Amino acid sequence: MSSPDIIEVPILTRVEGEGGVTIRLRDGVIENVELNIYEPPRLFEALLRGRPLEDTPDITARICGICPVAYQMSSVHALEAALGVQISPTIRRLRRLLYCGEWIESHALHIHLLHAPDFFGAASGIELAQRFPNEIKRGLQLKKFGNRLLEVLGGRAIHPISVRVGGFHRLPSRDEMASLIPHFEWGVQAAVETTRWVAAFSFPDFEQPYEFVSLSHPDEYPMNEGDIVSSHGLHIPVTEYDRHFVEEHVAHSTALHAVRRDQRTPYFLGPLARVNLNRDRLSPTAKRLADEVNFPLHCRNPFQSIIARSLELVHAYEEALAILRDYASVGPLSSEPAYMPYQPKDGSGCAATEAPRGLLFHEYRIDAAGKIVSGRIIPPTSQNQKQIERDVTDYLTGRLLAGATRDDMALDCERLVRTYDPCISCSTHFLKVRWEEPT
Amino acid sequence: MSRKPRLAVFKFASCDGCQLSLLDAEDELLEICERIDIAHFAEASSDLQAGPYDIALVEGSITTDEDAARILRVRAESRFLITIGACATSGGVQALRNWGHIDEWVRSVYPSPEFIHTLATSTPIAAHVHVDFELHGCPINHHQLVDVLVAVAEGRQPRVPSHSVCLDCKRRGTVCHVVSRGIPCLGPVTQSGCGALCPAYDRGCYGCYGPSHPANTTSLLRQFQKLGRAPDELVPLLRNFNATTPEFRLASEQLVVLQTNGEGKSL
Repeated sequence: MSSPDIIEVPILTRVEGEGGVTIRLRDGVIENVELNIYEPPRLFEALLRGRPLEDTPDITARICGICPVAYQMSSVHALEAALGVQISPTIRRLRRLLYCGEWIESHALHIHLLHAPDFFGAASGIELAQRFPNEIKRGLQLKKFGNRLLEVLGGRAIHPISVRVGGFHRLPSRDEMASLIPHFEWGVQAAVETTRWVAAFSFPDFEQPYEFVSLSHPDEYPMNEGDIVSSHGLHIPVTEYDRHFVEEHVAHSTALHAVRRDQRTPYFLGPLARVNLNRDRLSPTAKRLADEVNFPLHCRNPFQSIIARSLELVHAYEEALAILRDYASVGPLSSEPAYMPYQPKDGSGCAATEAPRGLLFHEYRIDAAGKIVSGRIIPPTSQNQKQIERDVTDYLTGRLLAGATRDDMALDCERLVRTYDPCISCSTHFLKVRWEEPT
Repeated sequence: MSRKPRLAVFKFASCDGCQLSLLDAEDELLEICERIDIAHFAEASSDLQAGPYDIALVEGSITTDEDAARILRVRAESRFLITIGACATSGGVQALRNWGHIDEWVRSVYPSPEFIHTLATSTPIAAHVHVDFELHGCPINHHQLVDVLVAVAEGRQPRVPSHSVCLDCKRRGTVCHVVSRGIPCLGPVTQSGCGALCPAYDRGCYGCYGPSHPANTTSLLRQFQKLGRAPDELVPLLRNFNATTPEFRLASEQLVVLQTNGEGKSL
């Protein structure tokens, strides 16, 4: 038996954060694939201990500059569960609106600047703009209005400042909301055009029997609440997360990997999982569009995640538009509180919300003085990591049999990883693909 | 410069938000690319060109031996090195470890701490190499970033305002929360740049742009204590995203001494 050969693709680009992939081959077959996360640990769970619980949304936002709202949402809902706080319908709607803003900026960025270049052999969205100037400019506009929404409602797009435990620091005015409406009317149509554009890309032929996992809510597309469901029949309240999922620590990564507890199998989170599991609760335009572009009912091709992401872009614009119109015409009562008051008490609580990349679980224990005793944060990318490694193994095995060169396979590997929109800063950034093969 | 200046973006320990600010300049992005050659920006392009670079934007703090060595290489191949954001300019929120016990912190987060290699401190880039310009904020303001890039491309010294957030509130006409509601606000000692956002959203400033110059923290904290605010509440306010800047560190350590020596004492 020969010694393994390591192949290294130096950098995984157009992802958020820095990590690498090591591919080990032995006797001409792929023996092992490891997604290495080099992101230095920042130890958020430790630095939260002893701090006032009110600091949590501001601090956990700093885990990720692309999805800070997701961290704010999972943290405030987990803390509200611990405190027994019930939020008002207005706060609930505005939180969905804020999340729409983040889905929009994150999805529009990934679709146009990070992912689409792969389908045309371009190095960047900026290069792709030479060939598709209108599409990329439209994408930047779509991204911009998501950011404008975050700025109006959240104060700023990166690390918003208006979110607090119990609600918001202040409610927006009706005029502020009304000013966004024309942009969102444009955005719904523009996102439809984006979806039609990406649905016509040619996709590699690759399907896997994934277990898709997402939140699910009887009346709405999942964002801030719901049960955890899977394509293999799992249906549990979020409080039972630990009974069904477990994190493992592996040597090659500063992120923890999550797997299904009993079967030790990987699972798949993100837009593809959400659309597959909640298609009937997409907004009317997004639902019609999914049928129009013949998006498969249970799509198992990760490369087609870009279509799912675009459908969610349509959804987020349409839902945001509805909330904006409603708020601008009715608005909150002048007596409506911006946040629910609470008394600190000893306890613990957990919550999961749907970050742009998938399910984000938070759990906190607090003391009677309102200080954080402990916190636990399970980001979507560390949950997807095992599935990404499995995918790269299976996909490259096929490519190897088809006679692909090493350089092509390195590119394939990067493209496949990118379909997951990995957020490596979240997981704890720089992806190196290393190949190991007998020489 | 007759040719377009070559720009590189490097990440150390950080959240990615400050480099994302460049992509958030949606209206200016394609125009910037006409004037500046983006030679190395892993988050945005697979075309990673080798140095030397005219401008290096550095995000993040130094928390590992590897990164301490990498920043020396970045410096060696960059003409102007500009640090962007609180992590790069002050160590960031991860610098809170400087007051903790790193081994115990790692054990509390990772079940197999032996796999984790990290330094006991998180330090700003300027603690390791010469920095030509620092852009503050958590996150930075992307309009300021565009101004800085244009200035450097044109061979000018970048200028950003260094007055306090307090002054911006007066300009915006935001009613002072310290005076009217007695809530602690770091606006009087925090550098401008955010547009005085937090007070406009009915909360006190939490100092994410770092200390203004000068920053009379002693006088401000004395006022907060007169308003009945305990060190218990004020120390975390000073210890978040710019905790290890000299001004905020000294102020929080003074409060801790008071706390240890008995409650009720004033600065």
